[in-house]
Amino acid sequence: MNSITPPEPAERSLNVRRSVRPAWAVVGERALESLIHLCGVSAIIFVIGIFFFVFKEAFPVLLGGKFSLSQFLFSDQWYPTSEVNKRYGVLAMIAGTFSVTGLAMLIAVPFGLGAAIFLSEFCGSKAKETLKIVIELLAAIPSVVWGFVGLTVMSRLITKYTGAPVGVNVLNGGIILALMSVPIIVSIGEDALKAVPDAYREAALALGATRWQLICRVLLPAAKTGLLAAVLLGVARAVGETMAVLMATGHAVHIPHSILDSVRTLTANIAAELGEAPANSVHYRVLFLTGVLLFLMTFIVNLTADLIVRGTRRR
Amino acid sequence: MSDHPNQLFAETSFVRRKQRQEGVAKWVLGSMAGLMIIPLVLIVGYLIARAWPSLSLSFITQVPIRGMREGGVWPAFVGTIYLVFLSLAVAAPIGILAAVYLNEYARDNWLNRLINLAVINLAGVPSIVHALFGLGAFVYAAKFGYSIISASLTLAIMTLPVIIASTREALASVPRNFREACWNVGATRWQTIQAVVLPNAISGILTGVILQVSRAAGETAPIMFTGAVFFKAVQRGDLFPYALHDQCMALSMHLYVLSTQVPDVKESIPFATAVVLLGSVLLVNATAITVRVYLRSRKKW
Repeated sequence: MNSITPPEPAERSLNVRRSVRPAWAVVGERALESLIHLCGVSAIIFVIGIFFFVFKEAFPVLLGGKFSLSQFLFSDQWYPTSEVNKRYGVLAMIAGTFSVTGLAMLIAVPFGLGAAIFLSEFCGSKAKETLKIVIELLAAIPSVVWGFVGLTVMSRLITKYTGAPVGVNVLNGGIILALMSVPIIVSIGEDALKAVPDAYREAALALGATRWQLICRVLLPAAKTGLLAAVLLGVARAVGETMAVLMATGHAVHIPHSILDSVRTLTANIAAELGEAPANSVHYRVLFLTGVLLFLMTFIVNLTADLIVRGTRRR
Repeated sequence: MSDHPNQLFAETSFVRRKQRQEGVAKWVLGSMAGLMIIPLVLIVGYLIARAWPSLSLSFITQVPIRGMREGGVWPAFVGTIYLVFLSLAVAAPIGILAAVYLNEYARDNWLNRLINLAVINLAGVPSIVHALFGLGAFVYAAKFGYSIISASLTLAIMTLPVIIASTREALASVPRNFREACWNVGATRWQTIQAVVLPNAISGILTGVILQVSRAAGETAPIMFTGAVFFKAVQRGDLFPYALHDQCMALSMHLYVLSTQVPDVKESIPFATAVVLLGSVLLVNATAITVRVYLRSRKKW
């Protein structure tokens, strides 16, 4: 971004008369500007604060002897309330998160990128405005409403057409998450295509290429990193989504074998069990540790997407 | 050269093929884009149809009765309004000033890049992690307890990026000349901002604030463990049923509870709750879009 710097006052060299501002105005302005600075760095403070407080609640469990990190990451046995043999393995939940997210991306990526290409290359300006408003409204639907739709509408459709015993499963969650992440893929993807210089388009058209050839041979290669970032942000959205998957994926803690199995995701697990875990118990701290894991996962995905976007913009 | 100069532009089979491909591609991509409209219409239509028996104005003003199996959503509706406005009161000033800093003061250095990264990350942190943060920071560490304050502070931090992003975009769209003209008559940086930049960016800022409202109204996970409660007895039509240290009901939470935790609810009630929530959120968003379109049409640059 361009920093905008006002010119230095010129009174020293030109000796112009200037009205003197009252001291309170100068001091007030100083104070206000420091407040603005503080608000500017507040985002950093908040992100660090989030990590700090979530990690603080999780940390003691890493020191206590009852818990092993490798079991946490690589065991699919989750028995937090068992009397004799408590086990805290989130592998099944990790598998749940990845299966639902993977299916969602399988649906959302072609549709999202296709719609983005249509919006940026084929669409008239009126239709474009309308579609953009639709996307914005689609993105605004609260996740709990999506979850409700999954629970009531989608689950009935799934049991009817696939014959699955329960309608809340990977397929249901995947479709709901796909619908939720399409808007973000479309809007970021369209930005990426818009960022390709018009000269590229003109050159291709002048050589007699159709718009489809232009898209395949010129635009997609030129915008591929931006489109990748769009997909990554869609993934981050799907991984972090809580209420929709809590309501639409069922509640079975096991590694899914087909898309009609019920699963539980990392986010849904926290939401479902935090209310029942007594504060400061091992169970409670393990849920916070799951939060740390989620924070790190989305952090890495977002960071990568940001680096990619920044890289393309610089070019 | 051929005898007929037009031969150069005649349709060969190659041209016909590539044009056919173009037609197919346009049709396929267009239907992909069109398919986004269908779920929106279907979902809204289906929800309204199922909710119809319960849907009336008195559904909003009535309190739930018989263990939330019948009646309306008044306490949840008011609770959501409380949460939204409190979170707005915190997030709007911080977000707008942060955007002013990022767009007007910050130079392109490591600190600025770090802030950008933090904003992006704040937007990307899963909502349930925000809930954990709210629980650890506001409920326990700051000793606010499970209360409206904790819940709305959590919401405020979660929705901050929405305000920062749209305010920043609005500030960036104010032409540089405006600022230069102002500096040249001797205004300081802040005088320029408040007299020229902010008034010209007000439409974008307003849009951001409205979007924050819609986002905050729909969130469930962050308030679930910080201040929202399953049920709270409230008088019908009571406008100020909650104190700041109380827990409150919220529409989104109410929908979740009704559809998963309460047995034998009258069938149309959760649908009607979903319609009230979805309707409020979409209405707020539509307002934002209208404001933006209207004010953009009046812009002279």
